[in-house]
Amino acid sequence: MSTVLHETTTAAASTGSTRKGLREGAFGHARALACRECGHEVELGPSYACPECFGPLEVAYDFPNVTREEIAAGPANIWRYKALLPVPSDIEQSPNTEPGFTRLLQAHNLGRELGIDTLWVKDDSTNPTNSFKDRVVACALSAARELDAKVFACPSTGNLANAVAAAGARAGMKTVVFIPSNLEKPKQVNSAVYTDHLVAVDGNYDDVNKLASEIAGEEEGWAFVNVNVRPFYAEGSKTLGYEIAEQLGWRLPDQVVIPVASGSQLTKVDKAFRELVALGLVEDKPYKVFGAQATGCSPVSVAYKAGTDAIRPVKPDTIAKSLAIGNPADGIYVLDICRRSGGAVEDITDDEVRDGILLLARTEGIFTETAGGTTVGVLKKLVETGQLDPTLETVVINTGMGLKTLDAVADRVGPAATIAPSYDAFVASGVL
Amino acid sequence: MAVSVRIPTILRTYTGGESEVSAEGDTLAAVLDDLDAHYAGIKGRILDEAGALRRFVNVYVGNDDVRFLEDLQTPTPDGVQVSVIPAVAGG
Ligand SMILES: Cc1ncc(COP(=O)(O)O)c(C=O)c1O
Ligand SMILES: [Zn+2]
Repeated sequence: MSTVLHETTTAAASTGSTRKGLREGAFGHARALACRECGHEVELGPSYACPECFGPLEVAYDFPNVTREEIAAGPANIWRYKALLPVPSDIEQSPNTEPGFTRLLQAHNLGRELGIDTLWVKDDSTNPTNSFKDRVVACALSAARELDAKVFACPSTGNLANAVAAAGARAGMKTVVFIPSNLEKPKQVNSAVYTDHLVAVDGNYDDVNKLASEIAGEEEGWAFVNVNVRPFYAEGSKTLGYEIAEQLGWRLPDQVVIPVASGSQLTKVDKAFRELVALGLVEDKPYKVFGAQATGCSPVSVAYKAGTDAIRPVKPDTIAKSLAIGNPADGIYVLDICRRSGGAVEDITDDEVRDGILLLARTEGIFTETAGGTTVGVLKKLVETGQLDPTLETVVINTGMGLKTLDAVADRVGPAATIAPSYDAFVASGVL
Repeated sequence: MAVSVRIPTILRTYTGGESEVSAEGDTLAAVLDDLDAHYAGIKGRILDEAGALRRFVNVYVGNDDVRFLEDLQTPTPDGVQVSVIPAVAGG
């Protein structure tokens, strides 16, 4: 089949159709790919752009009845929600990194510091490669495998590359990961240990993304997790929303604060909450969604504040490199969700990002990367500016691990004193 | 001015499967008009009813997104590459 993993050019308007050559149930209860803009449907396959309007294709389902008990009886990873994901029912049998079901910690100290009554941190830094990206990659890997892809690939701001390289290694697939060449060294090493094919591109993420889209259009047999199999990939982020609700005892929080790069994750957490309501797994209630950006790459926040729907792309200049997407494809949906829900999109300076990292570390013992520093810093700003109600139960998502962006805070912390190994020297140092 | 235009997979039904075609025009708008003259209907896929670039398509002249340049009025010098690429989210 020469067109494997190319976008399908013929749309199957009928529902329930799947590409030939796929096994039954390859995408679980997924029914079709539907355009988020115009509703046009195409058959399940490696398609990502609507042939009518270029809008993003999303997985549409015929969900079965699922109970809380069935979910709770599942494994302590994202596959407990497999009935709600585009994966086959035997997904646990194929090697993958088994991400998810990360801890939801009540953040008493940070809450007290910020004046928020009930605050939780959903800590996704404990995933296999230390970011939420392991979730999306696990779903993309399933799709790539079912589509018989030969190469597993991505353009990445760093964390995704780590996750793709690791998952590909475990699955025995060839991986090729593309990153901007100025990426943090730890993120480069964290990919290169798993793959011989880390490609550093002279340019920013948007340049890398363009290149990947071009390769995806020409090379056969490649599954670019966030390009041609993106609809499947993006569904993985829903599990963050499912877990938050389940870990709160099957209910939705009042407010959630989420970092925004392309905006995909934020839109999928919202999708997860709405699905849980529709499935009768949680009670319906209003919840507010807040987006967090760093000022040096804040096209969505700028549009939010300007009250417009049009997002002007920017050239990123921030230490929050994992969030440095200047042309966020899902940005308009972030605006829509944050406005509709009564939330907001806010941005903070690089210094405030560093402050955010230290604040979370020193109040809760969680070392987050710059994306989390951005999210915590924005949370603080939202309280200070009265945009977030501190009496409402709030969840802040930590999407990544601080060891990958050590340089961001390395100059701000260090030994309080360097002393001789003697008790007298310690006393004299005045450390205590 | 002759330029080459990279066509995304979903628009190759218009170009008979060609991934790269040539077109004439001094600006992106003129190039799209010329493209439409040869591949009827293709312009309506790239531009919306109001004649603006659709929200989920990125158009590049050389390596630059035309939204950083002069949008549809972006000059298209002889020999330059124009790329039409669907937007993708997730990084
Ligand atoms: C740690 C971290 N948090 C958040 C994001 C933003 O995700 P999205 O592009 O889905 O908005 C990314 C990557 O893009 C990331 O690496
Ligand atoms: Zn559409």
